[in-house]
Amino acid sequence: MNVTVPMPNLSLVVPEILMVILACGLLLVDLFIPKDRKRVVGYIALAGVVVVGVVTAAFWGKMAQPATTFSGTFVLDRFALFFKEVFLFTTGITILISLKYLEIEKVSLGEYYALMLFCTLGMMIMVSGADLIVIYLGIETMALSVYVLAGFMKFDHKCTEAALKYFLLGVFISGILLYGITLIYAATGSTQLAQVAAVIKEKGLAKNPLLVLAMFMLAAGLGLEIAMAPFHFWAPDVYEGAPTPITAFISVAPKAAAFAALVRIFYHGIQLLEPQWQILLWIICAVTMTIGNVTALMQQNVKRMLAYSSVAHAGYILLGVLAANQVGVQGIAFYFFAYAFMNMGAFGLVIYLRRENIVGDDIDDFKGLAQTHPLLAVIMVVFLLSLAGIPPTAGFVGKFLLFAAAIKAGFYWLVALAALNSVVALFYYFRIAKAMYMQSPEPLPQLSPGRGLVLALVVVGVFTLFFGIYPQPLMSLAKDTAHTFMMFLS
Amino acid sequence: MIPLSHIIIFSLIIFTIGMVGALSRRNVFIVLMSIELMLNAVNIALIGVSSAMGNLIGQVLAIFIITVAAGEAAVGLAIVVALYRNRLTVNVDAINLLKW
Repeated sequence: MNVTVPMPNLSLVVPEILMVILACGLLLVDLFIPKDRKRVVGYIALAGVVVVGVVTAAFWGKMAQPATTFSGTFVLDRFALFFKEVFLFTTGITILISLKYLEIEKVSLGEYYALMLFCTLGMMIMVSGADLIVIYLGIETMALSVYVLAGFMKFDHKCTEAALKYFLLGVFISGILLYGITLIYAATGSTQLAQVAAVIKEKGLAKNPLLVLAMFMLAAGLGLEIAMAPFHFWAPDVYEGAPTPITAFISVAPKAAAFAALVRIFYHGIQLLEPQWQILLWIICAVTMTIGNVTALMQQNVKRMLAYSSVAHAGYILLGVLAANQVGVQGIAFYFFAYAFMNMGAFGLVIYLRRENIVGDDIDDFKGLAQTHPLLAVIMVVFLLSLAGIPPTAGFVGKFLLFAAAIKAGFYWLVALAALNSVVALFYYFRIAKAMYMQSPEPLPQLSPGRGLVLALVVVGVFTLFFGIYPQPLMSLAKDTAHTFMMFLS
Repeated sequence: MIPLSHIIIFSLIIFTIGMVGALSRRNVFIVLMSIELMLNAVNIALIGVSSAMGNLIGQVLAIFIITVAAGEAAVGLAIVVALYRNRLTVNVDAINLLKW
């Protein structure tokens, strides 16, 4: 067999290449920085992320049409670019909120930032994968870094336990995902999404049991990172045990990456199986929303509560996937930015409450915050409003788009259920607000503000409000994203 | 020439053994070994399909899986070592600080 390897068009992978250089460079630079000044590594990482973000944004204008490279296995379109910006934004904010936290936990090490960049790299590859192999490699690059980050405080019992639980489940599920890929390969003879779609159409394989089984397995494999039922059990444990900045990161970025991959596989690869995956996702969506919200009601620990709330949010976003129309993709894209703002903010507040010997994640730690730190309480209320989906916040606009998409696609019952769930969600979000405003503070040691943390909180707080009152700029970007993505489909 | 269906059934049997092992065994190391079994079952299926189809994609993926599995083992064992130092156990049932 004669195999020729064409030279790939490297200009489309410039952001990824920069990311690799940055991450590897950080590991080197880290060697020359004394132990007590590791924060510098964080600053370099942050600057690098900003640069990569700008470079990625520069592609936006040129990518009105999707472009592929590496023999069609890597695609760069506005959908991928949009999500890459979500990851880079999340990474930047996570670095900002980590700087002080790592010093308090006495694990201020340079590898932390390098691992975070490798994780971002994995996600960037994942959203650009037009081939199941590339998507799998992206997932693994991301996951392997996240497992280590989740167990970064290696002397903390809860933290290592969280890492082990995350690791075992993640690897187990990746085995199932791989079997799904194998089945798709066995049925169609290719792993490239465009070719898979073409073969399914040509040979009329839309009801092939092998492909239906593969669809289940792929949904399971990506469902773990999405934290959708029944694969959400790891989420509360890992969220509680992991270092809080990493919890914030896991709750946004890998979820966004897995959603992007899910949307790309389901819309571009096996879209002819739509009747089957619609039933599957309908059930998952309903169960995920309900389990997330109902279980969150019973939580005393704010990190666990936010974990269940993130499960519920995964349910809302599934509405957009189910709708399979342009508004749906627009809603998913918009929602992830909004979700990044509000979730990073809420976890940032938990970091702010870190005190000596207290993680600051119990609901009682929020008692009387309005009296001692009025500004902090106000900003927390903004995030809570946004999470609950109440105007004038970005969360409301995102939820509105998702619900509108689902109504347009005719899922009335599901939207009714989602609306009911939103009401339930109000109750547990406002338990925090109640603790802050209606209860009196206990004499407590100093909180732990840091300049990076304050900056991050202000940025996400302002964005949450700004895009709630004036969503037009982000909305039109999301619209362009959805437009090119769905155009490619037809 | 072994028919493809035999290879697929063989790999499914190994995959199931791995899956049952991963879900039912209590020792972290045996769980890890079971998961490796699952990944190798996937490799067998991929190579079988690849030779039946006459294209190389399956073999490419199999090599990637072997590489990733090595990375996974490294990270996994490191996490187990860290946990063992804290808790002096590798029993999954005893690792239960985080629940509900």
